[in-house]
Amino acid sequence: MVTAAIPRPLRRPRSVIPGFGITLGLTLTWLSVIVLLPLSALFIKTSEITLERFIAIVTSTRTLHALQVSFGLSLAAACVNLVFGVIVVWALVRYDFPFRRVVDAIIDIPFALPTAVAGIALTSLYAENGWVGSLLAPLGIKVAFTELGILVALIFIGLPFVVRTVQPVLADLDAELEEASASLGASRGQTVWRVVLPSVIPALLTGFALAFARAVGEYGSVIFIAGNLPGQTEIAPLLIVIRLEEFRYADATAIATVMLLASFVLLLVINRLQRWSETRSART
Amino acid sequence: MSIDIVNVTKRFKTFTALDNVSLRIPGGQLVALLGPSGSGKTTLLRIIAGLDWPDGGEVRFDGQDALARSVRERNVGFVFQHYALFRHMSVFENVAFGLRVRKGADKLPDAAIREKVNQLLSLVQIDWLADRYPAQLSGGQRQRVALARALAISPRILLLDEPFGALDAKVRKELRRWLRNLHEELPVTSVLVTHDQEEALELADTVVVMGKGRIEQVGSPQEVYDTPATAFVHDFIGESLSLPARVADGALYVGARRTALDTQGLGEGPARLLARPHDVDFAEPGTAPVAGRVLAVRTFGPTTRADIVLPGTNGDVVVEAAVPVGARLAVGSEVGLVPRRYRVFPAA
Repeated sequence: MVTAAIPRPLRRPRSVIPGFGITLGLTLTWLSVIVLLPLSALFIKTSEITLERFIAIVTSTRTLHALQVSFGLSLAAACVNLVFGVIVVWALVRYDFPFRRVVDAIIDIPFALPTAVAGIALTSLYAENGWVGSLLAPLGIKVAFTELGILVALIFIGLPFVVRTVQPVLADLDAELEEASASLGASRGQTVWRVVLPSVIPALLTGFALAFARAVGEYGSVIFIAGNLPGQTEIAPLLIVIRLEEFRYADATAIATVMLLASFVLLLVINRLQRWSETRSART
Repeated sequence: MSIDIVNVTKRFKTFTALDNVSLRIPGGQLVALLGPSGSGKTTLLRIIAGLDWPDGGEVRFDGQDALARSVRERNVGFVFQHYALFRHMSVFENVAFGLRVRKGADKLPDAAIREKVNQLLSLVQIDWLADRYPAQLSGGQRQRVALARALAISPRILLLDEPFGALDAKVRKELRRWLRNLHEELPVTSVLVTHDQEEALELADTVVVMGKGRIEQVGSPQEVYDTPATAFVHDFIGESLSLPARVADGALYVGARRTALDTQGLGEGPARLLARPHDVDFAEPGTAPVAGRVLAVRTFGPTTRADIVLPGTNGDVVVEAAVPVGARLAVGSEVGLVPRRYRVFPAA
């Protein structure tokens, strides 16, 4: 057998952007300490229990229901935020109206507000004797202490993620695209649907993913408005806390592991979708 | 389809983009709107397309009021300077766009759309790129896609905004010839906006020279080059040798020197003498109407140019003159200039 001598460059060619080694090193170290270390601790703790026990914990009715509530409502909230977020962005970017800057600043409030404050405020609003709740009660709609209440809280905390990711993309969109569309005979609706929206899809997906991820992990605002009835309005993060308070650490980490894996898979799918739509329409 | 523009005025806040512009474009012609940036040429094109609305005046297509119709009802093909291709659609879908958005009775079956798009793609010679996305194309190819897309709606008027502005010189020249042929093949009236005089002169039947929101001259490429109507046109088109002058007691003064040159009927006052560099001969300093000192001589290929400093009343003026083949000119020597053909315009 002949081994071909592959000539190797003696030195890596110098890049015009130096510092690759040090930045990558710092990135990996930082990521390990801040993100990967806690995560691996989670897996190690989970591995203390047997597989049968793990399956039993995860497939118990209460756990499954909590996971279903968390993921189902987070997806629903992200979808709602996608639609209304786009409408908000459209109004903010395309039109000039009085107090536009103020409205723009208000969008960020859910970012900064302590989630417990948001939860208590929403609960007192939507409770049967609250301002909004008392209006909805005669219609037979109960918000506080139901799944609907959880949805409202998740929508509240997720909105700025969609708005802030889509806003700059829509603002940068070339007006000529819409003019071209109109000159080819497209109506305003067709232009928005066929030209504008597809152009912002990558940003929409990012906003959706962020809003969803945030909603899955949300704890503070939800526990106030949810009522937290096991098997009904109990979210997975709360179940984890309950297990911790019962000193059933392995149970808590098992649920957390499932949440982590499920979130990871969903975010990966969204990320692939986004990459796919981006490469198709990338600028040179 | 003929286009009539009557007394069109357009202001952007305090800036007057078009100042009472009137122009008639006969059907089937290829007309170039030529002017420096800020001359209002693109604004005029956008008003014809319906992308901008004039503050006053009329636009008529074949005698019919066009301003009453919106851009989507005008059926005008518009090619944007930066192409404005839809990045999320393939080349095929870009071209098909204008057919796909039709509604009701105008709606075409899918097979008819497919056939028409394929036809257009072969017309612009990029049928092999149908499945690519705009990001994967070169500038020249994108230009062709933009053109095919505009032609898909079978427009009677084709408007092109700096169509070759973003292309390199070689591709530009190639596409220019090709566009001219395409115009001949199609039953369209084409209006092209450009700041490149070579492009306008080579391509157009009629050149409309614009400056500061006004039309300076309308004529064939030959006319605007040989008999410019204003000093602006003379300066803007082709190379010019410009001398500050003055008309007094029936004679033309260049600097302080009284010359035997014709005043071309111009009244008393400050004037400008303009000539093409190749229309200026060299002569003995004593006998010529204009004399100066040679500052530099440059030779590139078959042409030799000389920078000559002329003493003027308000400081020295440097002009560039074409040196005839074989003539030798020493830097620093005194030389006389005799304009063979020239124009005298009132100084602005």
